Amino acid sequence: MGIEEQLTGVLAKAVTDIDSADSVKDIEAIRVSYLGKKGEITSILKGMKDVSPDQRPVIGKKANEVRDELTAVLTHKKERLEKEALQNQLESETIDVTLPGRQVKKGQTHVLTQIMEDIEDLFLGMGYQIIEGNEVESDYYNFERVNLPQNHPARDMQDTFYITPDVLMRTHTSPIQARTLENHDFSKGPLKMISPGKVYRRDTDDATHSHQFHQIEGMVIDENITMADLKGTLELLAKKMFGEEREIRLRPSYFPFTEPSVEVDVSCFKCGGEGCNVCKKTGWIEILGAGMTHPNVLEMSGVDSSKYGGFAFGLGPDRIAMLKYGVDDIRHFYLNDQRFLTQFKRKG
Amino acid sequence: MKVSYNWLNESLDLSGVSPRDLAEQITLTGIEVDGVSEPAKELKNIVVGHVLTAERMADSDHLNVTVVEVGQEEPVQIVCGAPNVKAGQKVVVALPGARLVNGLKIKKSKLRGVVSNGMICSLEELGFSDSVVPKNSEDGIYVLPEDAHIGEDALTYIGLNDAFIELDITPNRADALSMRGVAYEAGAILEQTPKFTGVNLSEDPTDSVDDYVNVSVENSEDNPIYKMRVIKDLVVTESPLWLQRKLMHAGIRPIDAVVDVTNYIMLEYGQPLHAFDYDALNSKDILVRRAKDSETLITLDGVERKLTADNLVITNGADPVALAGVMGGENTHVTGETKTVALESAVFESSLIRKTAQSLNLRSESSSRFEKGLNKETVQDALDHAAALIASLGNGQVVSGTAEVVSEEPVYQTVTTTLNKINGSLGTDLTIDEVEKIFSRLGFENSVTVDEISVTVPPRRWDISIEADLLEEVARIYGYNQIPSTLPHSESVPGELTHAQKLTRFTRHFMESCGLGQAISYALTTSEKAAAFSLDESELVHLDWPMSEEHKALRQSLLSGLLDNVQYNVARQTKNVALFEIGRIFTRQENDLPKETTHVAGVMTGTLVDNSWQETETRVDYFAVKGIVEEWLDTLGVLEGISFVPSKELPELHPGRTAKVLWNGQYIGVIGQLHPQLAQDRDLNDTVVFELNMEPFLANEQDTLSFESIPKYPGTSRDIAFVVDESVLHEEVMDVMTEVGGKWLRSIRLFDLYQGDNIEAGKKSLAYTLSYLNPDATLKEEEVNSDFEKVKQALVERVQADIR
Ligand SMILES: [Zn+2]
Repeated sequence: MGIEEQLTGVLAKAVTDIDSADSVKDIEAIRVSYLGKKGEITSILKGMKDVSPDQRPVIGKKANEVRDELTAVLTHKKERLEKEALQNQLESETIDVTLPGRQVKKGQTHVLTQIMEDIEDLFLGMGYQIIEGNEVESDYYNFERVNLPQNHPARDMQDTFYITPDVLMRTHTSPIQARTLENHDFSKGPLKMISPGKVYRRDTDDATHSHQFHQIEGMVIDENITMADLKGTLELLAKKMFGEEREIRLRPSYFPFTEPSVEVDVSCFKCGGEGCNVCKKTGWIEILGAGMTHPNVLEMSGVDSSKYGGFAFGLGPDRIAMLKYGVDDIRHFYLNDQRFLTQFKRKG
Repeated sequence: MKVSYNWLNESLDLSGVSPRDLAEQITLTGIEVDGVSEPAKELKNIVVGHVLTAERMADSDHLNVTVVEVGQEEPVQIVCGAPNVKAGQKVVVALPGARLVNGLKIKKSKLRGVVSNGMICSLEELGFSDSVVPKNSEDGIYVLPEDAHIGEDALTYIGLNDAFIELDITPNRADALSMRGVAYEAGAILEQTPKFTGVNLSEDPTDSVDDYVNVSVENSEDNPIYKMRVIKDLVVTESPLWLQRKLMHAGIRPIDAVVDVTNYIMLEYGQPLHAFDYDALNSKDILVRRAKDSETLITLDGVERKLTADNLVITNGADPVALAGVMGGENTHVTGETKTVALESAVFESSLIRKTAQSLNLRSESSSRFEKGLNKETVQDALDHAAALIASLGNGQVVSGTAEVVSEEPVYQTVTTTLNKINGSLGTDLTIDEVEKIFSRLGFENSVTVDEISVTVPPRRWDISIEADLLEEVARIYGYNQIPSTLPHSESVPGELTHAQKLTRFTRHFMESCGLGQAISYALTTSEKAAAFSLDESELVHLDWPMSEEHKALRQSLLSGLLDNVQYNVARQTKNVALFEIGRIFTRQENDLPKETTHVAGVMTGTLVDNSWQETETRVDYFAVKGIVEEWLDTLGVLEGISFVPSKELPELHPGRTAKVLWNGQYIGVIGQLHPQLAQDRDLNDTVVFELNMEPFLANEQDTLSFESIPKYPGTSRDIAFVVDESVLHEEVMDVMTEVGGKWLRSIRLFDLYQGDNIEAGKKSLAYTLSYLNPDATLKEEEVNSDFEKVKQALVERVQADIR
């Protein structure tokens, strides 16, 4: 058999071997056995010495062709096998991606704090400062300085926990207004403040009453502040708390520290004004009290009420949370049942 | 105040406005409406019946079989259980098909085999409360007047074809605690002037009041106006239906014609009156004075009251006969036998009445009106009207003249404002004409000059005395909802959180990211809990008059409350609880308000990591909680000044597993495991707590960080393991190593702690990695070796370490 024929035969045999190879390792062995220094092609070419010189280039060319083809087939098969091997590996590594992830324990902000912080942030953005006062106050700042002298009938509106005849648990956050007003330097700009905090009333705890609850009050005092400014501010607040599409309605009311005084209703966020059990069929829900700061309050703090005036408003985060989330018992806020607290994971 | 629409219609023309529309307008202009009720909408097919016969049913001890004429062709048979049913009465009959309150439907029925074609009604069945029904109808049917027309709608007779507007009157609008006050208010809204029917008083000219009473007042400040009339020759009977129903609808029980008139006049004018049985006074003298300290008075309700000099009393010259403005005396009240009535109409000092009513717990319709103020202009009108009515209902005569002591006249106050002030305060654009019209609608005289609006306020609106009051009147009548919406356009200052506020918010976020949820507990608690978990020796702050033992003292730590919360959760099968709270604790201070200190505290119980398909449970331990505290302090930049000192001082905590936390030597708080005894009592295993005073960090911003460049050269490390006495604290070892570690020592990490096999009893093995770094050059081996050697030596010398 001539060398050419031998080469053709080897190629055919190698291709058969490659076909039956099923691992990268087999391919490597096949490559060595045919193309290696001691491989079959090399050993066939040893017969070149017996070939006539004019035939040598022909056989040499043929040998190169066989090598190239063999290399190509090997490479191709190797790539295929590698791909298969990767495929097998990936398959063997496959996990159930629907299994639960590792536990991460994260606490959540108390729902009342969430409500207060939202309001704080709204007013911080409008240049208000946050001022927190004492929870234990003097009768003088809690009542007299907000225009509620001794024996004023409106004192009945607030049952009070007294510690001594002159010291009490504050019944509202209003004493901060008086304390801030008397220290404010109006030459340095207007007073714009918001004061969140705990307040206390002499009440028996039940589903709708709590001896401890929260309040946020706001106040702006400057020259040329109008009731229209109050209305615009309250609209902003109502939309922030209950949604852009809400409207507000003002009704006259009475607070000793403001005049005119207003009670603010927001259009019912549940029924949109049609009437439902949340709004007691009126389409409106009472959410806060407000008014133009009473001149007596300003004067008692040494502020000239003929020059300066402004507004104040106050609302109860507990009530807002109850309305907004349909919480049916105010005591939930202070029992700290995790099944309750964890329902209010903070959004955004 | 419950306002009858029909009664209001007597002084105003309400034909153009429905009860609900009127209520809506009242709400939006001034007085909150709590609700509107229209009882007739619930009731139907209820007619006037005439009882022809009434006979006791044969086999019943209380049922009667009646035959009642109801305006149909034939009289009907009705079984009636009321004991007071009698032949000849005009009664209220609910026919088959009728609807009563609460949706009750009347059907033709059989009782003990006897057919009943409807029901004879009591007032309760028509929706009246027990407390307003006349005593004689309390246990039975209501009897209509004899002239009631058979078969007609019975609701008209008892005033149920009416609407009732419930007003929630704020203390400043006590003028609306009367029908006349409400009429003025509604008149302003509807642009009508209310018209009141005059009083037709005829006096007996032959008899003068001076022959009956001689009135004197000890102190005119206590009692600026005292007036009295006498009505004689009376026969005291029940009131007529028109009067009874007015009272019942207003929530007042009819008693007799005299008392009923005083109540009716109070509702009409807002002026409380009191009627004495003149003969029972036993004296001509009426002296109003403060009570003496040992005096007593048996009031109408039969209770003997001990009086003090804070009480104002009406006396017969010698003894008290009434508590002024609050309640009459039992011995002088009007009875069926009364022939002559002495009728009082007065103004008493409001805070005096308030104190008396409060201290004796005797709040009433009268006392609350005295407390909130009265229209001084109608004291006499109310008295005259009442006297005329009592005389006419009791067939008596009014003695001529009024006995009186008057030291105060009604005042028409003038208050001024300007158009600029009005528009400048309200943000409106009102014209002078519009403002004038608003005051006219309110019935206030006003005069306008170039720069002033001068308003004369009648005495019926005693709440108005300053300019701000006028602004409010203009705003509400104009309509709050017509005021534009703007925002304050004062110079803008950026709003910013203070350092303390930022730190508080940061702390909250930090604790939440460590897995603790925010709790808010009660600041008022029991005395025992208030003092728990606190090293504060000072006395607790107690409420003077607590509502309950549960909430009587102000807390000195947050942990008591948090522990209650945790226990609450665990008792409800939530076994793994992690809560924190940021709040105030309270410390008594001499001659000052209590000191309020902001603390942060946390409680963790149960597991840190739960058993799951890939993890095994890890339980809460001291070090888990300490890690949180350390990281928090580190983030605050204060960890370097912190030390943890073993402490056995708090009885609530495990004496071997508690550390006091010191910052620069100052006590700021505690970390510890709950004492096993307490843990057992409260069913709280594996519970670790911490509480820290935040004030030192809130007060001052700590030094701001400065950037350290990322190391360019590699560091190196050395491990050391040694055995020491088990009483040697980690912190002591750290102190030694840090002190002698040399300038390249960057950090020390404990990587092993071992006690047990192969270690002598009473000893422990510790192993640390010391990391060295020179930021400016590659460290030389020999430098590190010599520094490390110094550490070894120091450990041997100072904590008797046996280096391994
Ligand atoms: Zn609704």
